[in-house]
Amino acid sequence: MTEHLPAIQVMIPIVGSLLIMLIRNNTLNWLIGVLSCLSVVFCSITLYSKVAISGAISYAMGGWEPPVGIEYRIDELNALFIVMISLASCIIILYAKNSLNNEIRANKISVFYSMYLLCLAGLIGILSTGDAFNAFVFLEISSLATYIMISIGQDKRALVAAYQYLIMGTIGATLYVIGVGLIFVITGSLNLVDIASRINDIELMRPLYASLAFITVGIALKIALFPLHAWLPNAYAYSPSVGTAFLASTATKVAIYLLLKYLYLVFGYNIIYSNPLFMIVIIALSLAAMFGASIIAIFQSNIKKLFAYSSVAQIGYITLGLGIANYNGLIGSTVHIINHSIIKAAIFLAIGCVVYKTKETSIKKLAGLGRTMPLIATCLTISSISLIGVPGTVGFISKWYLVLGAIEQGWWLVVISLAISSLLALIYVGRVIELIWFHEPEKNIIVIKEKLPKEMVIITIILTLATIYFGIDIRLTADLAKVAVENVLLAGDIL
Amino acid sequence: MITNFLFHPGIILILFGLFIPKIKNRAIIPIIPILSFIVLLSYQDGMQTIINYHSYELIFMSIDKLSRLFSFIFILILFAISIFSINQDNRKEIASAYIYVGASISVVLSGDLITLFIFWEVMAIASTIIIWYGSPKSYAAGIRYLSIHLLGGTILLIGIIGYVNTSGSIVFSFINPDSIYAYFILAGFLINAGAPPFSSWIPDAYPSASWSGTVILSAFTTKTAVFVLIKGFAGYEILIYVGIFMIFYGIIYAILENDMRRILSYSIVNQVGFMIVAVGVGTEIAINGASSHAFTHIIYKALLLMSAGSVFYITGKTKCTDLGGLYKTMPITMICGIIGALSISAFPFTSGFISKSLTVQSTIYEDMRLLWFLLTMASAGVFLHAGIKFPWFVFFQKDAKLKAKDPPTSMKIAMILLSFLCIFIGVFPGLLYSILPYSVNYVPYTIDHISSQLQLLLFSGLAFFILLKYLKRTLTITLDFDWFWRKFSQLIINEFNLHLIKNISISFNKCTKLINKSIETLHKHNGPSGILGRSWPTGNMALWTTILLGSFLLFYLFW
Repeated sequence: MTEHLPAIQVMIPIVGSLLIMLIRNNTLNWLIGVLSCLSVVFCSITLYSKVAISGAISYAMGGWEPPVGIEYRIDELNALFIVMISLASCIIILYAKNSLNNEIRANKISVFYSMYLLCLAGLIGILSTGDAFNAFVFLEISSLATYIMISIGQDKRALVAAYQYLIMGTIGATLYVIGVGLIFVITGSLNLVDIASRINDIELMRPLYASLAFITVGIALKIALFPLHAWLPNAYAYSPSVGTAFLASTATKVAIYLLLKYLYLVFGYNIIYSNPLFMIVIIALSLAAMFGASIIAIFQSNIKKLFAYSSVAQIGYITLGLGIANYNGLIGSTVHIINHSIIKAAIFLAIGCVVYKTKETSIKKLAGLGRTMPLIATCLTISSISLIGVPGTVGFISKWYLVLGAIEQGWWLVVISLAISSLLALIYVGRVIELIWFHEPEKNIIVIKEKLPKEMVIITIILTLATIYFGIDIRLTADLAKVAVENVLLAGDIL
Repeated sequence: MITNFLFHPGIILILFGLFIPKIKNRAIIPIIPILSFIVLLSYQDGMQTIINYHSYELIFMSIDKLSRLFSFIFILILFAISIFSINQDNRKEIASAYIYVGASISVVLSGDLITLFIFWEVMAIASTIIIWYGSPKSYAAGIRYLSIHLLGGTILLIGIIGYVNTSGSIVFSFINPDSIYAYFILAGFLINAGAPPFSSWIPDAYPSASWSGTVILSAFTTKTAVFVLIKGFAGYEILIYVGIFMIFYGIIYAILENDMRRILSYSIVNQVGFMIVAVGVGTEIAINGASSHAFTHIIYKALLLMSAGSVFYITGKTKCTDLGGLYKTMPITMICGIIGALSISAFPFTSGFISKSLTVQSTIYEDMRLLWFLLTMASAGVFLHAGIKFPWFVFFQKDAKLKAKDPPTSMKIAMILLSFLCIFIGVFPGLLYSILPYSVNYVPYTIDHISSQLQLLLFSGLAFFILLKYLKRTLTITLDFDWFWRKFSQLIINEFNLHLIKNISISFNKCTKLINKSIETLHKHNGPSGILGRSWPTGNMALWTTILLGSFLLFYLFW
């Protein structure tokens, strides 16, 4: 049984999502969602422990042996991300019930749950598959589910946002699949491990570089790497709070993993560094994201948009780590993928609580939140502070590794930029914190009088505590990331 | 590990501090420091708690004679302050105080630089909150205070990172002066001690706190800094010059000052200067001098500020020119204030006498004659500004005819407790000497020493009253008196700094304009309606994708 786990963990949410569409009873569907997510968590953790003990697992889908058949390949790195994604989705769906009842129409809730699980299945599929085209299929599955999740949002602009994302996402996927096609033509294989082994014997380099460019740009659209980020703020701002939290903590992260995989495991160090300009562009765009998006965030008047832009900036940190490309830089990226997903889940779920009570996402409505909703205000404050990277929070850990990596490369300008962009984060977070704690609350701000549902508060608090806990105890984050980077990314002859 | 973590005198205070706003009966709050004290007593010297964090071994708690001495006095003074501030209606202030003091003790007990730094920052934040609870006007002072301390913290962090990287060890002990990072750490510590050019944060921030807040603030930040300087930088010669500067800076400004709480704050700078000089001398007797001086200074400065705080609490006034003649109506406050004033002036049979003389004596042993002379001169200056000026203008001089009475019982108890300690330590110096880091074979009570000290004090007292006669004309009109000091300091500024300040203010204005302008530009492009901030049309996004992809492809085509 356990040898089929790589396939089972993808199948469970797909089956769950179909069941939900058939049943159409909101409470029951929520239960199905929770059960599916819980079993995925169980699968992923079992799988991680298996991988940790016996090394990477290769699973031949349908019994067709790779490289002809589709291979699912689980190693320390993607097993870690699968655990992260499944945990995040599980925690968020536990929170979702009342928040969704409050935010979207009752007849849409089942659709949302169904798409949620489908998206989860797609994301886990992207993470676990070892096949270039299969990854494209899962990319589309998760993206389509995401478009629907966004369009369910109550705000009318949600439709436009979803439509824009649809177009951009499709462009991205098309570029990706063109890149994959080029590779297939050159190497004659779609299996990533196989491609990686054949790629060094290629003599005709130009098509290979073209495919690198197509794949990178295609995935960069999904990542929302600056300046291809423009779909993201609206998508985050107008989807239901639960959707925002889910997207922010999972979807972009998986795309980053895909990029990481292509750069370091498929193309390999030799090709991407055959001309330094490629990485210079990645680093320049990362820095542009860190500064540009942070500055835009400072001036935002919608709280969800503010943190959406902050996500763009934080993605810049992650891709910066890819660009730094040494041991500590890669650890910084990997850890920041995990840490940022914890932080953003905490922030958007806290905002979800605020929206539940006030039905507003305008930043001005946060004034005096410290008086009206002290617990949620504290959670929001703590998790925002960890976004800055204050020591003792998760944000510090990942930035620390990034700084170490940059110092090892001797890139002092990057080190300084990291510090300055943290300062920018301080400004936009400071704006929020100042409003929350030092302003008088507006009258009649609370629309819903009854108390916040307990599970929403508890889960927000748990995630907030996690931002502190993992800032102090890094055994489950940085140490595992180290193992992953050592065993997977640096297993070859990269450094 | 968890139990070790919790049974830590500082952590206990922090944890209980968090719950103080919930405690209904205020009178039981002073029990918490006693608990913490019992925990401190339960540890032997040389005891260490180590926590493995990442690849570092954090020495979370390390107890030796020096850290035990400082923790002890911190807990003791917190106990007195808890009693003193029972009447403070703002519970959150004393709650912050517990976190602040808990962090100070944790700094003192920490054996490595990382733990130290974490609690160092907690101190800065908790103390800022105390300042903010002062009055609506305290906000700006709190911000200034916080900025200076965060600056200090950043410098300290740079130093620590560099030091740990070059030396490979995070243990906090004597820091070798061979690398530049040692001086970063030193600078970070000195900013907290109130060293130039940042001395002014003390008189700026402390008097902005409430009547009880000032007492809380006076004891910990600067003394923690003295502690870390003793531990890491004993014998650095530069500290002698820094200390001397602080001593005279404190005296001169305290003599010029009119607000009683500001006078006492300047006197903190001055007294910390004495300790820093002693750290700079760095011999065993000098270290004993610095630590015993810190110990006694915490007590008598808290006592002085309590008596000033009581006056402020009862009358609502702090300016010397508004006060006077309170000896009739507030006798107990007056007596306690005078005991504090005598102690700070090192009058025989008070705590100041037995502690300050250790420092002065150390310079004689080291044959530093000029230094000895300066310190002795400064002792006279201390008597002038804190020993006589404070009690004279507040409790005596002309009668300001204020309606006043002695403060509530709890405040009286706290003041009497500290007055008792001042005299008790002065009469039985052996008790304090026995807990100092090094053994003491110094006898303070010789005929020679007592008579020379009395001569010094009496003559400077005489000088004060001669000066007073000279001042009497301006004293008759209170407004003039205030104006005179302002004018006088203005005169000095005009004489030396006019052009400099003018230029600075002009360029400052230019800078603000420039910053405002650039923020406007930023807002124009990045704001919700700016090019980067507004929602892009889909075409634009696609355009960017094309540009990016196109440039990659073009690049690879031609390369």
